[in-house]
Amino acid sequence: MLLTTLMIGLVLGGTYALVALGLSMQYGIARIMNLAHGEFMIAAAFCAYVLFNGAGLPPLVTLLIALPLGYGLSWLVYSVMMHPLVKRAPNRGQLEADSILATFGLLFILQGIMLLVFGSDFTSYSYLNHPINLWGTNIAANRLVAFIVSLTLGLGLYVLITRTRWGATLRAVALSPASAPLVGIQVDKVARQAFAIGGSLAAGGGVLVSMFVTFSAAGGVVFTMKALIVVIMGGTGNLMGAIIAGLALGIIETFVTSYIDPGLSLASVYILFIIVLLWRPQGLFGTARS
Amino acid sequence: MLKLTRRAAVGGLSALALAIALATAPANAQDGETVKIGYAVSKSGGNATGAGITTIPNYILWVEDVNAAGGLELPDGSRKLIEVVEYDDRSQTEEAVRAIQRLATKDKVDFILPPWGTGFNLAIAPLMDKFDYPHLAVTAVTDHAPEFADRWNKSFWFLGGGLDYATALADVLAAANKAGSINNKVAMISVADGFGIDLVKAARPALKAQGFELAYDATYPLGTSDFAAIVNDAKNSGADSFVAFSYPPGTFGVTKQAQVAGFNPKVFYTGVGGAFPVYKKISGGQQEGVMGIGGVQSDSAAIQAYFDRHTEVVGNPPDSWASAVTYTSLQMLQEAIKRVGLDREAVAAELATGSFETIMGTVELENNQLRTLWWAGQWQGDTFAAIAPADDTGAVLPVIPKPDWQ
Repeated sequence: MLLTTLMIGLVLGGTYALVALGLSMQYGIARIMNLAHGEFMIAAAFCAYVLFNGAGLPPLVTLLIALPLGYGLSWLVYSVMMHPLVKRAPNRGQLEADSILATFGLLFILQGIMLLVFGSDFTSYSYLNHPINLWGTNIAANRLVAFIVSLTLGLGLYVLITRTRWGATLRAVALSPASAPLVGIQVDKVARQAFAIGGSLAAGGGVLVSMFVTFSAAGGVVFTMKALIVVIMGGTGNLMGAIIAGLALGIIETFVTSYIDPGLSLASVYILFIIVLLWRPQGLFGTARS
Repeated sequence: MLKLTRRAAVGGLSALALAIALATAPANAQDGETVKIGYAVSKSGGNATGAGITTIPNYILWVEDVNAAGGLELPDGSRKLIEVVEYDDRSQTEEAVRAIQRLATKDKVDFILPPWGTGFNLAIAPLMDKFDYPHLAVTAVTDHAPEFADRWNKSFWFLGGGLDYATALADVLAAANKAGSINNKVAMISVADGFGIDLVKAARPALKAQGFELAYDATYPLGTSDFAAIVNDAKNSGADSFVAFSYPPGTFGVTKQAQVAGFNPKVFYTGVGGAFPVYKKISGGQQEGVMGIGGVQSDSAAIQAYFDRHTEVVGNPPDSWASAVTYTSLQMLQEAIKRVGLDREAVAAELATGSFETIMGTVELENNQLRTLWWAGQWQGDTFAAIAPADDTGAVLPVIPKPDWQ
């Protein structure tokens, strides 16, 4: 029973981590709080649905298309919408405020387009929805795949960021965008890359999540909210923090559901969130900033 | 401080021009030659999905049907085309209220069709009454309908209350229990939001009164997407009947999880969404035997024709709960106008007392409420067939146990 609950919780947590990875890159490094994050995911989810239903393309193949496509589109969004904001913002706080307003607008544009194209129906399809037995627990194959992919993507990026020269430039921009140019880093280029990678992760996450979640054109905000909590809890810009926070949330939610009351599952998440904010406002794995 | 750049000036001027063009456009429509029908529904935001499945498609279908026939028929035999004035309430009740005000005072429409959802219909009911418009509150599930009908005498309530659905479900289960096909244990989950709370509150005493024991009774928050732990506990409860008073995302999530977990109760009942056409796809074509709220008379030619026509015009079939009821309410409005004309007072009186031929058969309201409704249904073949009230003509016998998920 304990093991079953733990397994279910871990897999759910993997989903949360997956949802949050993209936002963690965008907010942590490019300093853009992308409120349209969930809409990007929904758009990718619709792509997966259309390709699966229309062309019989498995979502895992769509994933390979979605990752570069998400990268390209986010690159474009950054160039057109975010670049002017970055250029004129006198400081980081102003950029965050401006980007929140701009992406709030983007949220409605994307939502409107999706409502027009796909209508407002709840959408869902059945793919890899068969059980895989792991140590006596039945886990849905699609959730397991999402769990594995999210851990692979998250840990892979974490290694790249902490161990490579390219990663060092990303961290430099995240830590101190004002000083990074002094050592020859093109802050704008790096931030754009980080934003695009975030978009790519959001698209990938959307495709994976679409395999087991019911989504609708108006439902992106649910993902954005979850991602926001995970990112802030994990510590902004800390991918490892986002993964661990995501997993922790999943496990806590499942334990509360099984052992206390399903009605308190969401409340437990927010209680934990408040505790973390009070006790470590910089997040579990973030570093304090003046 | 204010600097007027050329770009700002051009932008401002074109916005102004656009605003003027938009403001004057409706004035060009000729008054009196058309019947103006207005509505404010949620075309964006959280309610867009529900409105987009049940309400908007039926408005589109009805207007198309009426106008294709030459328009609304009036008592003197002449016909007037329908002109639609439409607003998006963006899933906010304040917006809905503002839109109703605008429809009544600025647009001066002849009739106002209702928004989607219980809360929205309750929010606009006092205004509809104040401006003397008949209010066809179709997608409002409330046990207080009799009081509301008394308070606002031109309001009409079409979808019953939680008590009706819960009692009907308890009756279906009790009959199966008496026949020996299920045990007396029920596992019940409900979403912690209006609909779920209403139904579960009514279902607890109704099930107990029929001798059932609630082996598992849990409430989950709106927005729950993972049902693994809940389904696991329901499975271990030893109940033969599983009841979920859920919204569509929950209905779909719990179905998929039951399939993964190999949870095969003899009765599998879901809330909103179980009667949606998309449920077939979501269950991977294994909808057979799944029960839920609503239902349609499977052997009715009028319902068949309605499903075909809906699919042809809107692009997808209607849901099998409130869609047919929505279209029925519009047919009643159309017929009432044909009998008494465009006088709103007279139309309301006709709706309250008249008898109407609709896709749901001959329909009469009792105390401003539609009471001849289907309270529970079950997927049998390609239709979500009505099973309760069991003694009404057109109901089919429930199939228990439901076949196992493959």
